[in-house]
Amino acid sequence: MALKASELKVGDTYSECLVEDLSRTQIVMYAGASGDYNPVHTDQLFTEKVAGYPSVFAHGMLTMGMTGRMVTNYVGDGRLTKYGVRFTSQVWPGDTLNSTATVEEISDGIVSLKVETTNQDGAMVLSGYATAKVD
Amino acid sequence: MSIDKFPVEASHIMMFARSVADDNQIYYDEDYAKGTEVGSIIAPPTFPQASAQFDPDYFLRPKIGEDWFGSGKEPTSVKRESSGGGGGGGGGLHAEQHFEYHRHLKPGDVLTGTTKPGKTWEKEGKRSGKLVFSETVTEYRDQNGELVITATGVGVRTERPVDQ
Repeated sequence: MALKASELKVGDTYSECLVEDLSRTQIVMYAGASGDYNPVHTDQLFTEKVAGYPSVFAHGMLTMGMTGRMVTNYVGDGRLTKYGVRFTSQVWPGDTLNSTATVEEISDGIVSLKVETTNQDGAMVLSGYATAKVD
Repeated sequence: MSIDKFPVEASHIMMFARSVADDNQIYYDEDYAKGTEVGSIIAPPTFPQASAQFDPDYFLRPKIGEDWFGSGKEPTSVKRESSGGGGGGGGGLHAEQHFEYHRHLKPGDVLTGTTKPGKTWEKEGKRSGKLVFSETVTEYRDQNGELVITATGVGVRTERPVDQ
């Protein structure tokens, strides 16, 4: 299911909806699996009263993880060589996220992708890159 | 921070994949995985982050017998040095994360992780005051001493919570 260099061109895109109406439970699942129990992600009382945010918010790494699903669905399993992101805005319960990979370069059997994830208002929440081996 | 022993286990991979809403069979179905190019279950790309489970000193995990800074009856059980700082309440916010895959992780791997501090820099933010960024680089090696993943994280401490 890997990509073929001969069938790729610069500017090709692949998109997925990562999540609709992000649930607090999904965030709790991520806390449990990753081991990051920072209360700003699951503890509304702490987050409002101590941290000073209106609500709990998702781990950046949850957004990176869900975005990674889009990337691996595109490039195939076991093909990634690099994947890196910047978290540009917080992601909140109730958000709907869409993610797009855009081909920037194909050379020496490696495709370079620009990766961007936006919320329902069109605001970018994650911006990054990935490289993967292609056939 | 260093991690002496991070055993990569199939059930942990399955739970981690669920937590990022990824139902790809390669993360839980060994029979399926055998018939694929990779030939076994592998871990999702961001799975190395779950090494926190195996860091004995990880400060974002409640420890038995110690106060936890999240809420119980009160919003927090721990007196923090100053209010308003941190902007994330528990160690700032995650600004960037980068992974380099020398190979993909699979059940049965036993990793060690060694973390070194990287660059630090400052920036004036419009929405949160002064930002202090700091980088850490973690090298994960497998049971044979081979470098398998290089992970670079960037954390940021904000002067105040990010304006919404």
